[in-house]
Amino acid sequence: MTHNGTKDGPAIIVRELRRRFGKQQVLDGVTLECPRNQITTIVGPSGCGKTVLLKHLNLLLRPDSGQIFIDGIEVTRLNSRAIDSVREKFGMLFQAGALFDSMSVFDNVAFPLVEKSNLTRDEIRARVLEILRQVGLEGMEEKYPSELSGGMQKRTALARALIRRPSILMLDEPTTGLDPTRTTAIHQLVRSTQQRFGLSAVMVSHDVPQVFAISDRVAFMHAGKIEVSGTVDEVMSSENENFKRFLAGRAAGEEERPSSQVVATVGR
Amino acid sequence: MIEGVAALGNFVLFLFAALVYAIAPPYKPRLLIRQLRTIGAESFFLVALIGLFTGMVLGLQGYNTLRRFGSEGALGTVVALVLVRELGPVLAALMVTARAGSAMAAELGAMQATEQIDALTVMAINPVQYLVSPRVLAGVISLPLLTCMFDVIGIWGGYIIGVGLMGAPSGPFFNGIAQNLGSHDIAIGLYKALVFGMVVMWVCCYKGYHAARMATGVSRATTDAVVLSSVLILAWDYFMTAILL
Repeated sequence: MTHNGTKDGPAIIVRELRRRFGKQQVLDGVTLECPRNQITTIVGPSGCGKTVLLKHLNLLLRPDSGQIFIDGIEVTRLNSRAIDSVREKFGMLFQAGALFDSMSVFDNVAFPLVEKSNLTRDEIRARVLEILRQVGLEGMEEKYPSELSGGMQKRTALARALIRRPSILMLDEPTTGLDPTRTTAIHQLVRSTQQRFGLSAVMVSHDVPQVFAISDRVAFMHAGKIEVSGTVDEVMSSENENFKRFLAGRAAGEEERPSSQVVATVGR
Repeated sequence: MIEGVAALGNFVLFLFAALVYAIAPPYKPRLLIRQLRTIGAESFFLVALIGLFTGMVLGLQGYNTLRRFGSEGALGTVVALVLVRELGPVLAALMVTARAGSAMAAELGAMQATEQIDALTVMAINPVQYLVSPRVLAGVISLPLLTCMFDVIGIWGGYIIGVGLMGAPSGPFFNGIAQNLGSHDIAIGLYKALVFGMVVMWVCCYKGYHAARMATGVSRATTDAVVLSSVLILAWDYFMTAILL
């Protein structure tokens, strides 16, 4: 029997999660554990449901059946007020950054504190400048998202996700649209941030196999199920046919369908 | 059929949520003031311009029609009643739809497409309360004020053409207005403006908020918002007139 999700257990436990959109069974019994203070990376072919799974973990979608424990709390049946208090625990980095284009970098990063904390203006300013320095964006406070490069937008979004000092960080394809050098830089930043803050991170990624270098655990998702999961070494030595085909396809440079199409197909 | 009913239900619940969150804490006057500026203040010149020309054409048409019956003296009454009861609220609402409503649908649609609305939700900030309620509230406050300005400027437009250019008598123009334009007429116009302000922002925010996450999603949402708002304004106008008359 797996751990039932007390304070000392895994940060996130998913059991038999199912979700159907129209005729498409997008999540077909997902079971997954994300240990505390580690990076768990979910990989898999496009359309396998990994983005939808992440949207269930951050409570944007509700499952048809199954359970999700976050810090030991079963969250799939909570009311909206209780959900908000669970959300205080996590930071989320969206695929395209989801920065507010009408606000400067400073205001974007400060936004969660301005809206949801009782800190004074000076305290907020100090927190924002510190986190911007940590993600390598000092001096960029007054810029607007449209003036930033893709990598800088990701860094800003990461800073915003971290500003409330969450214990869980969720990342949805954090390196989409970046060149290989910037991809590595963002990976390193995610790793160092996770270690510095002692975060439990869940990441959906298509950067296979590069992302394995910074992952503690890997889960391979296929057709709505987690088919292989474990430490990087365990997964790499797996004999699962689908996983081997996926890895081989990756190595051969198979094109990834942009995952916005997946989101559009499943709708809201 | 079932989907249609469900969509209508969502549409109505959306307004209900926006209104409930408008009066529920936390209060953010800053957001309301920003929307009052966008929807109200920035629409003023367009509304004033349309009001002026509407009044001018009423002065021209009214004078030529009334002269046939020898009733040029009633010009002021005709211009004022038509503007205050009917054209003021309707045209001001259509102008606000064209200017602010379309922009609102496009802005919210783009925020939906780039996951900014999801980002608000994940930060435990209610996106309807943060984005929609201030806009609906600002519409309800702005449109009656814009309508009043439309009416006043329109009446002056009618005066300039009817009296200044065509030679209708000046005294009866304002005397007629003072005698025949009652508070009931003004109240009807303001009720209409109030309801239209809510309808325009409701429709435009709903369409933007539920834009499909595709390249065409935002343009589609904007078109739908303007078309549906315009149709609803004119249809509601008929029913409100029939009830309030």
